[in-house]
Amino acid sequence: MKHHPLKPEGDTRDHLVVIGNGMAGCRAVEELLARDAARYRVTIFGAEPRVNYNRIMLSPVLAGEKSFDDIVINDAEWYAANGIALVAGDPVVAIDRGTKTVTTRGGETESYDRLLIATGSDPFIIPVPGKDLPGVIAFRDMDDVDTMLAAADAGGDAVVIGGGLLGLEAAHGLSLRGMKVTVIHLMPTLMERQLDEAAGWLLKQALEGRGQTILTGADTAEIVGDGKVEGVKLKDGTLIPASLVVMAVGIRPSVALARDAGLAVGRGIQVDDHMVTSDPAVLAVGECVEHDGQVYGLVAPLWDMCRSLADGLVEQPTGYRGSVTSTKLKVSGIDVFSAGDFSGGDGCEDIVLRDASRGVYKRVIVKDDRIVGAVLYGDTADGSWYFDLLKKQEDVSELRDLLIFGQSFASGGGAADPKAAVAALSDDAEICGCNGVTKGQVVSCIAKGARSLDAVRGTCKASASCGSCTGLVENLLALTLGDEVQAGPKTMCKCTSFGHDDVRREIVAQGMRSIPEVMQKLHWTTPDGCSSCRPALNYYLLCALPCDYVDDQQSRFVNERMHANIQKDGTYSVVPRMWGGLTNPTELRAIADVVEKFNAPMVKVTGGQRLDIFGIRKEDLPAVWADLNAAGMVSGHAYGKSLRTVKTCVGSEWCRFGTQDSTGLGVKIERMSWGSWMPHKFKIAVSGCPRNCAEATIKDFGIVCVDSGYELHVGGNGGMHVRVTDLLCKVATEQEAMDYCAAFIQLYREEARYLERTAPWIERVGLAHITARIVDDPAGREALRARFLYSQSFSQDDPWAQRAEGAEAEHHAPMARFTPQEELA
Amino acid sequence: MTAEWLDIGWVDQIPVRGSRTVQVEGGDDIAVFRTAEGKVFALLDRCPHKHGRLSQGIVHGGAVACPLHNWRISLSTGEALGEDKGCTPTVPVKIDGGRVLICRASTLKAAA
Repeated sequence: MKHHPLKPEGDTRDHLVVIGNGMAGCRAVEELLARDAARYRVTIFGAEPRVNYNRIMLSPVLAGEKSFDDIVINDAEWYAANGIALVAGDPVVAIDRGTKTVTTRGGETESYDRLLIATGSDPFIIPVPGKDLPGVIAFRDMDDVDTMLAAADAGGDAVVIGGGLLGLEAAHGLSLRGMKVTVIHLMPTLMERQLDEAAGWLLKQALEGRGQTILTGADTAEIVGDGKVEGVKLKDGTLIPASLVVMAVGIRPSVALARDAGLAVGRGIQVDDHMVTSDPAVLAVGECVEHDGQVYGLVAPLWDMCRSLADGLVEQPTGYRGSVTSTKLKVSGIDVFSAGDFSGGDGCEDIVLRDASRGVYKRVIVKDDRIVGAVLYGDTADGSWYFDLLKKQEDVSELRDLLIFGQSFASGGGAADPKAAVAALSDDAEICGCNGVTKGQVVSCIAKGARSLDAVRGTCKASASCGSCTGLVENLLALTLGDEVQAGPKTMCKCTSFGHDDVRREIVAQGMRSIPEVMQKLHWTTPDGCSSCRPALNYYLLCALPCDYVDDQQSRFVNERMHANIQKDGTYSVVPRMWGGLTNPTELRAIADVVEKFNAPMVKVTGGQRLDIFGIRKEDLPAVWADLNAAGMVSGHAYGKSLRTVKTCVGSEWCRFGTQDSTGLGVKIERMSWGSWMPHKFKIAVSGCPRNCAEATIKDFGIVCVDSGYELHVGGNGGMHVRVTDLLCKVATEQEAMDYCAAFIQLYREEARYLERTAPWIERVGLAHITARIVDDPAGREALRARFLYSQSFSQDDPWAQRAEGAEAEHHAPMARFTPQEELA
Repeated sequence: MTAEWLDIGWVDQIPVRGSRTVQVEGGDDIAVFRTAEGKVFALLDRCPHKHGRLSQGIVHGGAVACPLHNWRISLSTGEALGEDKGCTPTVPVKIDGGRVLICRASTLKAAA
């Protein structure tokens, strides 16, 4: 991945060469571009053969929560758009300050006017025998993650040497990936630099509870193995088997290049407040530097340094003053936070809260009425508040009694409202830890026109990395803009950037035939979607390809897989179809027999004029269906995104007010439309006169019979937001009523979004659109009707009959039974 | 003599992106899942929220969505994902020659 343009003709700008394509190097360039995009011609050299990514997010990649693409900070287009030459995979191996040139391993030489060293740090490898064996790695870059993933695929034992932040995140990831993990830690408690003994102990308990083995006070003697790693031997003689050893004992500033070039180097490359080294033409930033005697291994100081560096480069120096750091452990389900100094000492007072049953431990260290440190375990919600008070050295004597209970309590309860809590934060409070963005920066970015979450993410990057501060950013948007916040384009779900309509259009336009194909072609960000998009895609494909598409059962909600309605106790309710609400002695007898035979505790008449049998166990469903089938009944689809029921009144055959045969028409319509899958449930009713006993005007499609014909109503529903139907039109004959009904159903099937009922769909597209397609366009109506009937020719198989006959019947039964006394049956 | 691992059947008996159950006498069922990647996990068949049957949910990635209220539960840790908080006990699984084995002690403990 090398693109190395020659210096453009006539470009007289100073050439800034950056060694290091990591978080510090790229961030420094970003800060510079934000101040004066045209000032320097920029070339970046990176050792890794890839674009700039968020190294602190490697842990979620290892744990399987993110993919590499998710953690890319700047993609190839960013380099191109900003005219930056990137030389990736060919590291700089020498700096010649005399000729102002750098030379790469591949032998290329580039001259610079200003040089920025951002080489970061190197993992520290403890000098024990066996450290060079294959299978011994660090946890520093994407290659290490790939090695770990490959090892985890093979399974077996892993040893992580080092129980600090990095080591524990590595152990967590490997453990999630199925390896048996042992953590070897030299010190008596885990993360001793960030946590006190109590929190360290709680952490150890939690990790052991997840199946990891944690050995503290354990000193590694050697790594053993013949040609590849086979185990780790401790100084006390213990031998731990391992096919993978991760060394995560610490990092050291990477200073070799600078030292060879004769720059002043202490623990790191020494820099002044403007990140300038002992050579005025050479700057350095990030984990490789030493500032005021301090070196940093966390991300937040790096943002501060980059700001000072960029200010200096455009001659408006501000000066870096050092950073106070805080730490969060990225192990899902375990919340750990620490900041400042918790070693105690003269004049320090501890305020401690423990809640053993919740596993909460909070300790705030106060000195001279100011917070100097905080350690939180189990409940870290107030971490950023304590950290803010600490950084600003605020006097907390007024808050002291309530301090440990957190911000909402200490500020008098008002801040229990998250918006008030965000409003109470100061402008320099950090909102986004991944990208070092303060509240003030987010607000100013909103003020400059970022009116949606996406726009904020695109400009100041707050919440663009791990997303854990998305809620804070949304609150800031709401606070700053009130009702003017723009919702982004509504996507189907978090797996895709496309909306429902886009996906449907592309399925048809590109002739896609399966869910994996849709996900591949439309760049789904998850391997196999989620419980929102999978059922939607399954429906869209089914609707587009009624003849060919193979329904994906695993993409259906349980009720549609089981052809019954799951109840809160895990049993099912079963509703046989009764055409138009009619029944007869045979059906009633069969239902009564089923109720008795399977001990169903309740039978209920539903709102749609059916009988609902409750409390059927999953394993009994096939037998229940077989019995009902034998009496001529089929599935009532009371569970599906499909035609539910056609409700009728008795009509002209019996009722003294009846104008037409509403019952007979209802039966015909149900026979025509049963079994069709829809975006959502679909209910029909036919009333025999305007008294409307079948409640047709709160149905998706309602027919009200009058002397002169049939009024057709659409888009009604009961439920939470009752909507009365719109009158679509009036037709003269029963056949027309059925034709219009079929056309309307097909229009709804083809155009509504999954899980959108007819009521919101009509509100969205407008009744005029429906009228234009169904009433004013006879040819279009006929085509819709034909497509519906074609689709129905494939869908009117009784799912109960198929399953009662044995299709997937075994899936209803347990795979095995385990009786503890007798072992496996 | 009781074995440490319970042999519950062939991997192929579990539908991909689906689930089967193991009935434990005197306790809750264990749900055994098979992901798209072919990995097998076992959890107590009970959502930490309202005790929905996780075995009836939609399996996606390394998680299952509870059929009752769509809580997403991690198959590897049993933890609720996203905003929801709660945890379902997990049961260690190993695959041996195509057979699915689940940890006896954890099964008893989880189902108790």
